[in-house]
Amino acid sequence: MERETIISARNLVKNFGHFTANDNLSFEVRKGEIFGFLGANGAGKTTAIRILCGLSSPTSGEVEVAGFDIYRETEKIKKNIGYMSQKFSLYEDLTILENIKLYAGIYGISRKQRKEKESELLKKLELENVKNKLIGDLPLGWKQKLAFSVAIFHDPKIVFLDEPTGGVDPVTRRKFWDLIYEAAHNGITVFVTTHYMDEAEYCDRVSIMNAGRIEALDTPAKLKEKYNATNMDEVFLKIAR
Amino acid sequence: MIEINNITKSYKETMALSGINLHVNEGELFGLIGPDGAGKSTLIRILMTLLLPDSGEAKLDNLDVVENYKKIRKMVGYMPGRFSLYQDLSVEENLNFFATVFGTTVQENYDLIRDIFYQIEPFKSRRAGKLSGGMKQKLALSCALIHKPKILVLDEPTTGVDAVSRKEFWEMLKNLQQKGITILVSTPYMDEADLCDRVALIQNGQILDVDSPKQITEKFPRKIIQVGARNMYQLINDLRAYDKAEAVYAFGQYAHFTGLNDEVETNELDNYLQNLGHEKILVEEIPAGIEDVFMNLMEQ
Repeated sequence: MERETIISARNLVKNFGHFTANDNLSFEVRKGEIFGFLGANGAGKTTAIRILCGLSSPTSGEVEVAGFDIYRETEKIKKNIGYMSQKFSLYEDLTILENIKLYAGIYGISRKQRKEKESELLKKLELENVKNKLIGDLPLGWKQKLAFSVAIFHDPKIVFLDEPTGGVDPVTRRKFWDLIYEAAHNGITVFVTTHYMDEAEYCDRVSIMNAGRIEALDTPAKLKEKYNATNMDEVFLKIAR
Repeated sequence: MIEINNITKSYKETMALSGINLHVNEGELFGLIGPDGAGKSTLIRILMTLLLPDSGEAKLDNLDVVENYKKIRKMVGYMPGRFSLYQDLSVEENLNFFATVFGTTVQENYDLIRDIFYQIEPFKSRRAGKLSGGMKQKLALSCALIHKPKILVLDEPTTGVDAVSRKEFWEMLKNLQQKGITILVSTPYMDEADLCDRVALIQNGQILDVDSPKQITEKFPRKIIQVGARNMYQLINDLRAYDKAEAVYAFGQYAHFTGLNDEVETNELDNYLQNLGHEKILVEEIPAGIEDVFMNLMEQ
């Protein structure tokens, strides 16, 4: 069954002066898919993500995200996506509740709807008793769960996760992936980058970038078959080395 | 070479280290393995004489970290977690600067850094701030080595670094070990434990276990069953719903299942999954990995 396309890029090029950061990228991401976006440091992942999020314009190429054009409709794109990275996600000097209110406000969620969703979220994450605590005082694992939940609070069509699990303990890392699976199960498309190759196995499809190009794009099973590898770590090393 | 006796350190109410004991032998490549917030950096900063412990004592090559801090600073090489070279000095200037601070020259100890430095030598007039992540890391390592330290201490050198660069970095560490340098390295990546001679698993300011990676996994008493099926999301949910399941976690393309009291047999799981209509089922008992052990110890 072919699912609806939610992101499409055709011949996406991004130059910075003489340097080509994204060299003719063409790919599609389907609705509800967990799409792994891998590559070595400096391969051009961040540049591509910034373009897909409407924060930067490509030099050339056609790109549509959530049905909107990347050149003309960046504001509409921003309303329909969520974004979370390890480095920037929540305001450390605001409380849990204040962070939720802030994000709900930015995305124009009504007060009534917010109150409903807010209590639902606090209950689900078991944060009801600490909702007035500062973010800075929370353990990293809680912060990440909350950051992810806030990123999808406005029910976006796509959520971009830029290395969401760096540094956390192995149990928390896996619990975080439970949230990702759940979101995808509920129809949110997940676009995720990671340096943990075991996490690449959890994706429906994976693309691997090297020096500005997409060198491989397929399901983990097919990539392993094609590169004659027993796991994604080997696939990655064969492509990126 | 490194002796740590009963070190504790707290920040306000937070106990960062509670009674750490650890011994690292001369010439060893020793790993401190644990997630963010485990206390790795605090312990390393105490050893590097940058932070005072609340109690306990630590010695590097028989020198006390509090009393002999000046001598220690001369004989250790330290690569902190955050890139801490001078961004507006060139590659060459940074290296010369660190050599001068330690009263030596780049020429005198060039042998030690040759294998690492030659890779960034073509960019030696570039400012450090303009280097790529991998190159910065090589420069930082070169600067940490330029005074020929007896002990090299690296705080999360591979965090946020891609799988290829991580592999290369560990090859460099192995080469340095061959040259007789004692190495203490911290990392949140469990898979890197296998590259160390011995490791300490650390969590919430406590050491869970210290041993060779091989011993740690071999002595682990629990039975791990590896399970695969076409639909992973459904598989994990179904395994968790099994009445004799204790822990179920995704491990790459498979799930790892631990049964209550290790009483669950592979064929019974196989039947259970077949009855639920799973396809491409694989169920087999496997030896535990470091990550299995770590997860089990931290949940106790």
